[in-house]
Amino acid sequence: MDSLITHSPALIVALPLLAAFAIPLINRAGPRVRDIFNLVIFGFIAFLVAILAVDVYSVGIHVYTFGATAAELALPGGYTVPVRIMFEVDGMSIFMGIIITTVTLAALIYSLQFLKGRTGQARFYSLMMLLYAGMMGLAFTGDMFNLFVFLEIASIAGAGLAAYRTNMADAIEGGFKYIVISAVSALLVLFAIGILYAQYNVLSIAALAHYMQYTTLDMMALGLLGGAFVMKLAGVPLHMWAPDTYTVAPAGTTPMILAASYTAMYALYRMTFSLYGGHIDTTAIGWIVIIVGVLSMFIGVMMAVHQTDIKRMMAYHAISQGGYMLLGLGVGLAVIADPVALANYGRDAMNGGIFHIINHVFYKALLFMTAEAIFFRIGIRDTNKMGGLARNMKWTTAFYIIGALAISGIPPLNGFASKLLIYESVLRFNPVLSVIAMFVSLVTLASFAKVFYSAFTGPPMPAYKEVKEVPKSMIIGMSILAVLIIFFGLFPGLIVNTIVAPATEALINQASYINAVMGALP
Amino acid sequence: MMEHIPLNFPFLAAALLAGVAFYIIIFKRNLIKLIMGIALLASAVNLFLVALGYRAGGNAPIYTDVPPGPMVLPVPQALTLTSIVINVAVLALMLTMVVHIYRHTGDIDSKKSRRLKG
Repeated sequence: MDSLITHSPALIVALPLLAAFAIPLINRAGPRVRDIFNLVIFGFIAFLVAILAVDVYSVGIHVYTFGATAAELALPGGYTVPVRIMFEVDGMSIFMGIIITTVTLAALIYSLQFLKGRTGQARFYSLMMLLYAGMMGLAFTGDMFNLFVFLEIASIAGAGLAAYRTNMADAIEGGFKYIVISAVSALLVLFAIGILYAQYNVLSIAALAHYMQYTTLDMMALGLLGGAFVMKLAGVPLHMWAPDTYTVAPAGTTPMILAASYTAMYALYRMTFSLYGGHIDTTAIGWIVIIVGVLSMFIGVMMAVHQTDIKRMMAYHAISQGGYMLLGLGVGLAVIADPVALANYGRDAMNGGIFHIINHVFYKALLFMTAEAIFFRIGIRDTNKMGGLARNMKWTTAFYIIGALAISGIPPLNGFASKLLIYESVLRFNPVLSVIAMFVSLVTLASFAKVFYSAFTGPPMPAYKEVKEVPKSMIIGMSILAVLIIFFGLFPGLIVNTIVAPATEALINQASYINAVMGALP
Repeated sequence: MMEHIPLNFPFLAAALLAGVAFYIIIFKRNLIKLIMGIALLASAVNLFLVALGYRAGGNAPIYTDVPPGPMVLPVPQALTLTSIVINVAVLALMLTMVVHIYRHTGDIDSKKSRRLKG
């Protein structure tokens, strides 16, 4: 058991990679065997994530060095810089790990029957496992170059999944846009890594943070990294790809591509807090993050209101909700140098922003799945042509209502808990920002209510008389998320204390991140 | 021969390549040209990485029978190799997608083959 915990970070990334390449082979034994294999291996990975989470929350930062005599040995005797590839799992990394694993589990179960009768199923699951491995690697890595590698793994797998339905012209287009922006942003990241390596001759994030001088070149690297990750996380004004890609990706994978966007957001936080923290002008950078956040919030929701494509509307809301997270974290970053303000409201703002990531991924994943459930049954995404679906699809309607109320911040669902944290703390930082956030939330409610009335209520339409509820595995996948949304809404204090606060602490406390690797230095 | 080239010449070349690449990515509407732009950007980054590790008159970083003198840095070369491999995968995936786009729409001009709007 102990050695399982010690090696869990490596296994969590290695097992899905192996599974991804084993699935096409196992598929030869029949789709049933393959599905059972997928569930068993992913169940085991989820178990590893759980024990690693318990370990991180009880013991502290978990460093795993590849190829060292002992996995914890970041600095071998006689070395002053870490030379080996390593994973560094702290509160924030494992928080992303929990989000990604839960969403992937729901998506995997949802896809079991969603894919029935389609071609290329084995490759679909291969890409799904690759995307999972890429995201987990991105969350766990303690090394700049592996950040780039995992970013590319996640991008290639994500683009492949987005373009999975090659019979649809728009699916290819969405996938193509995703791979283009991913390739450009990954190359910008690599450029920045080159700049950093040229100056400090190390690649480990902790060692780079330790030696950071903050020269002009470092500023350029920060600009490149910031631009690349804002592009990947679909922050306005670099959001243009997101509606297209989220719209066309098949159901189970839209939530995973969404999670991949927030993994890029995690990378942005890792850079600003852990790598550059203590050197940059935190107030200025914090305000830049806030402005990107407010723009995303406002423009995202305004673009969403008039959409008639149900998934496209949700995709614009995803951009808008991403703004809340940036707002919360931006406020935290802006006051991080001021201990009084940080204790008064900065920490709460960051808790709100981080808590909103997990809440948003869950309810937006649920909403995307309900939209795709409708598409699965009636084959259209245009809300003007839908109507009366609540009569035929009771479970889907119920899940849609839960998701729509959660995204609009209605108590007692989870969206309310994190939005309240953001409103309260941002109000004390700058009331105008808080008012904008509340206004955006109202517009969100209006736009989801509009879709609810046009798609689910109304007289039964003759064309949809024969429409049935979606198969069981899709309902189970959605209900996992629905139960979590209600649970998080009922016990927000418990969740904030157990998983959100350690993540905030991990971002604020840069010294512990550095010392976990460089601590052995004299 | 090599020592007559100013040391920062490769960096200028990388910057120039990146500039051309960005021009192509932003302004060209032909999807194949867009992919060429990304390939150029990848080459710019690779050139930058290799140039970082170069030491004037250095030897290849192989430890057996090494002649005296400085060695070039091995790490940027390893990074470049990985980056080349990854970019091959990315470019191949992009080209297959363009083939699909052409089959569906009969055009590879991004203005004309576009289906998703709003």
